[in-house]
Amino acid sequence: MNVIPPPTIIPPTPDAPIVSLRAVFKSFGANNVLQGISLDVAKGETICIIGPSGSGKSTLIRCINALVPIDSGSIQVQGIEVNDPHLDKLSLRRRVGIVFQQYNLFPHKTALENIMMAPITVLKQEKAEVEARARALMKKVRLAGKEDFYPGELSGGQQQRVAIARSLAMRPDVMLFDEVTAALDPETKKEVLVTIQDLAKDGMTCIVVTHEMGFAREVSNHVYLTEHGLIVEHAPPAEFFSNPKDARTREFLSQVL
Amino acid sequence: MLRFRDAFTPLPFLGASATAVRSWRQTQRTALVVLTAVFVTSAAMAANGGQPSIFSILIKWSPLLLWGFLFNLLISILSMGAGTLVGVPLGMLQTSPVRPVAAVARFITQFFRNAPWLVMLFICVMLLPFEIRVFGLRIPFPDWVKAVIGFALPAMANVAEIVRGAMISVPSGQWESAESLGFTRTQCVMKIILPQCIKRMLPPWMNLYSLITMATVNASVVGVNEMLTLTAQVHAAEGSRPELLAPLYAYSLVCFFIYAYPIGKWTEYLERKYQVKD
Ligand SMILES: Nc1ncnc2c1ncn2[C@@H]1O[C@H](COP(=O)(O)OP(=O)(O)OP(=O)(O)O)[C@@H](O)[C@H]1O
Ligand SMILES: [Mg+2]
Repeated sequence: MNVIPPPTIIPPTPDAPIVSLRAVFKSFGANNVLQGISLDVAKGETICIIGPSGSGKSTLIRCINALVPIDSGSIQVQGIEVNDPHLDKLSLRRRVGIVFQQYNLFPHKTALENIMMAPITVLKQEKAEVEARARALMKKVRLAGKEDFYPGELSGGQQQRVAIARSLAMRPDVMLFDEVTAALDPETKKEVLVTIQDLAKDGMTCIVVTHEMGFAREVSNHVYLTEHGLIVEHAPPAEFFSNPKDARTREFLSQVL
Repeated sequence: MLRFRDAFTPLPFLGASATAVRSWRQTQRTALVVLTAVFVTSAAMAANGGQPSIFSILIKWSPLLLWGFLFNLLISILSMGAGTLVGVPLGMLQTSPVRPVAAVARFITQFFRNAPWLVMLFICVMLLPFEIRVFGLRIPFPDWVKAVIGFALPAMANVAEIVRGAMISVPSGQWESAESLGFTRTQCVMKIILPQCIKRMLPPWMNLYSLITMATVNASVVGVNEMLTLTAQVHAAEGSRPELLAPLYAYSLVCFFIYAYPIGKWTEYLERKYQVKD
């Protein structure tokens, strides 16, 4: 049996950030995708990351749950150092949920089974208890009645909400969203954005990569603009949108608004 | 190309059975035509010689010949079973992130996939011992068991290739999702990747089974008492009359045809079924 050394856990103080990045660098070959990113997210906060295509938003968000290993710097989630060779990936991943643009539901399982799978297989939780939770989550994402539908029988927006519920079933402390509405039409986009908004209101810590400026303005506590792997500007949404300081922010906003 | 969405719909057993019934009727019709041709030809021959008619010869030897045929089927099922049992993990190992493991699995697959089946069979029959002793226990190793191994090896390599191909065709998002939900690699393969692949693996797997079944007659070359060997013996027992050759071999041909044709039809049906959405 492998003996995994205990991960470095620093007990979080009440006002310590739940996610904290310091000087994070990442390159794919000669492509320097992240060039020193630092940011803090407090518990219960919702932040939005916006920026031009290819600026490293997806890479940044994937680094937070160790899907992409970083080259240098530090990422801490609830005191767990992600950039640690002895990282206990499971203990990180049960704390961090992620939802992707492409839903990625398991096509051979019903909506309910999709939600129940990880808690049962990965966390070895009681089936009956997990099922009750999964049904409650289906209600929460406003999909009661669709439990026995296969992903192929659901619309994009419905699939995306099942994907959100699937992540929530692990009872994470932080949720990451990577352009989850980018593949949806305007109607279904709204359902999904409302679902995330509900979550944020309930006090879930959310890190949201998005092109939806309306969502960033209304729901988030803080907005970050990335470009070429750097944070160009960050501020609370009111200030960010009405009084951008950096010329690049003004340029970007003039293109998307 | 198969799209992974095609794997969503539950297996179409009900719809398929109707088609299967239809294809069975076709099979019966085709087989009837072939059999009639055989009998007419042989009847004509029998009329020539004043010897016992081909009908009575075929009927007389049918139990033995069909017994041989059953033996062919047994060999094919055992070979395919063993080949699948080893081939599935071998295919999975080829996608392992541990490079040396993947390389070794890849090499084994390529080696047995590119060896002629008959050569494989010869090597197995010649090189394997006729019995193995384990803890003073003698386990006999008759030729037909060696033949099963000889067919199982290429079956294994081809199954491995089918599995590998199906696994790498699953979109990477599935791996990513599973990983971020905390699944280990093994859990991910067993619970998420393989179950999605089964449908797209089924047609090539059945195709391979048909090929293996046809190939089992090669076992006659190494003296296994399967249908072809018995056919030759029956021919000799009937005085090696040259006019008996065609009907006797046609008889085994018809047997194999009746068995394999529906499998082929079913495979075609499944292939069509899973391709429609493209
Ligand atoms: N696995 C990878 N291997 C090599 N290069 C990669 C990989 N992932 C991302 N990149 C590169 O990193 C850069 C940033 O990609 P990323 O997906 O993070 O951008 P993004 O800001 O999310 O863009 P978009 O808005 O289009 O989603 C791109 O140039 C991309 O080609
Ligand atoms: Mg992206």
